[in-house]
Amino acid sequence: AFPKRVKVVEVGPRDGLQNEKSVVPTPVKINLINMLSETGLQVIEATSFVSPKWVPQMADHTEVMQGINKLPGISYPVLTPNLKGFQAAVAAGAKEVSIFGAASELFTKKNINCSIEESLERFDEVMTAARAASIPVRGYVSCVLGCPYEGKISAAKVAEVSKKMYSMGCYEISLGDTIGVGTPGSMKEMLTAVMKEVPVGALAVHCHDTYGQALANILVALQMGVSVVDASVAGLGGCPYAQGASGNVATEDLVYMLNGLGIHTGVDLQKLMDTGTFICNALNRRTNSKVSQASCRL
Amino acid sequence: QESQASGLPEYIKIVEVGPRDGLQNEKVVIVPTDIKIELINRLSRTGLPAIEVTSFVSSKWVPQMADHKEVMRGIERHPGVQYPVLTPNLQGFHSAIAAGATEVSVFGAASESFSKMNINCSIEESIEKFEEVAKSARNMNIPVRGYVSCALGCPYEGSIMPAKVAEVSKRLYSMGCYEISLGDTIGVGTPGSMKRMLEAVMKEIPLSALAVHCHDTYGQALANILTAIQMGVAVVDSSVAGLGGCPYAKGATGNVATEDVIYMLNGLGINTGVNLYTVMEAGNFICTALNKKTNSKVAQASFNTGTTN
Repeated sequence: AFPKRVKVVEVGPRDGLQNEKSVVPTPVKINLINMLSETGLQVIEATSFVSPKWVPQMADHTEVMQGINKLPGISYPVLTPNLKGFQAAVAAGAKEVSIFGAASELFTKKNINCSIEESLERFDEVMTAARAASIPVRGYVSCVLGCPYEGKISAAKVAEVSKKMYSMGCYEISLGDTIGVGTPGSMKEMLTAVMKEVPVGALAVHCHDTYGQALANILVALQMGVSVVDASVAGLGGCPYAQGASGNVATEDLVYMLNGLGIHTGVDLQKLMDTGTFICNALNRRTNSKVSQASCRL
Repeated sequence: QESQASGLPEYIKIVEVGPRDGLQNEKVVIVPTDIKIELINRLSRTGLPAIEVTSFVSSKWVPQMADHKEVMRGIERHPGVQYPVLTPNLQGFHSAIAAGATEVSVFGAASESFSKMNINCSIEESIEKFEEVAKSARNMNIPVRGYVSCALGCPYEGSIMPAKVAEVSKRLYSMGCYEISLGDTIGVGTPGSMKRMLEAVMKEIPLSALAVHCHDTYGQALANILTAIQMGVAVVDSSVAGLGGCPYAKGATGNVATEDVIYMLNGLGINTGVNLYTVMEAGNFICTALNKKTNSKVAQASFNTGTTN
């Protein structure tokens, strides 16, 4: 049986825009987030407090954080890779943060230039500070169904990293199929292993649609009791590991499926589509959402 | 072993509809006969067990399939591969047989409005025509596959009752169709509606005689196919490179891409007998010939490893 309600975590403004080719001006980012705030979404990942040297697309993190309308009942988490980023985020008004781990040593080395163990030590500093400030922390685990460098990733490794992050104090663990290679088979296997270590109520899935498998993978996760799903409006955010290929699953397509399953999300699909149209016009690109493509022409 | 443990079929038959359904619904100028033949020949080498070749419909209605005889006669016939063709009526059937067809398909619909708009007659009248075809086919030992369009929604009527789908499916099955392919013609279905529809149809038709033909217009195809195979359906229609847009939603996609289906089935440990890489190559061939981008995400991800403009 499916969950009756699913919490949709909107990652478009951060994960999406970070992986788009064009850099988006601050006012456009703010407007995007404000429009998303009107759709019924409860969680909108706003930006990333990473050094602009590494992620120039998110250089305006402070202005975005301070510029957006923060509606009551909506959470606006931001990425904080380390203590410095955490402190900057809190100073800018952040009330929730995210940390990004990985189930692959090579990916961690290439991405943040340290081992998984070292990355968890850095996060521990963030956790301590967050606990002191009563700031909830969401943990991400990348490469849960495959790694662009290591290839296959063992479910046991994903479970191990997830457990560590959960034990450190993350209230939720978002399991990311970073390169979208997963299928319902590998999703099931991975979740079975992780659910032995982390309660299903604390799990989320972050599926990429690079191989068109996202909704099928999400369906399996829902069947196993997962009730938090990450997605990106208009499917913003290509895959940095496969030129021209798509990345994030489109929030519109996810909501369409959940609506069809009678699962409550609280999200207004039409307002969501309008938001997707806005950002695609601003980026001068076509939407990656099939629902949007189909609906606009009828 | 993996698929068995999960309750999924061990083997799934993929019915490739690219050369007919796909090409018929592509926007381009008519595809040259030799390109069609080359596509089908390439598909014949992938391990696909069934390839829908063409349609013996009047070229007045479907000019894209006007070369049906030449295509039928021109293709290589690989042993172990079926080459069904569409035959809307007895005339088309006879023409198909004369051209060498050894399997035919008939297209019904679960919607009266769709039937009227598409083939200008009621469901009942269309069934009568198909019965003529089925009778002749039976006499000649020619297998007939039945399609039911609008199984999860209709561009004119909106939602469609599962009971209606079951009723039309039963009529087609009773007249002798060996398999019923349930088509989500406008791709509006979701796992919820797929499940309800299949539950109703499975009361009337044995599971082994069912196939699903999902469109990806709303991105739901693979999730819908997964739902169907979880319920035991073991035949899936798809189109190489996702050829064939949706005639009811301009610019939107239509058929689900064979490559993406196979990728999912491979990942589930389900045997299809099909070589994904050779299908991608066939997809690459036809997209180059049609000067278009593939609709297959697997192909997009696989062919874009270098720098692009």
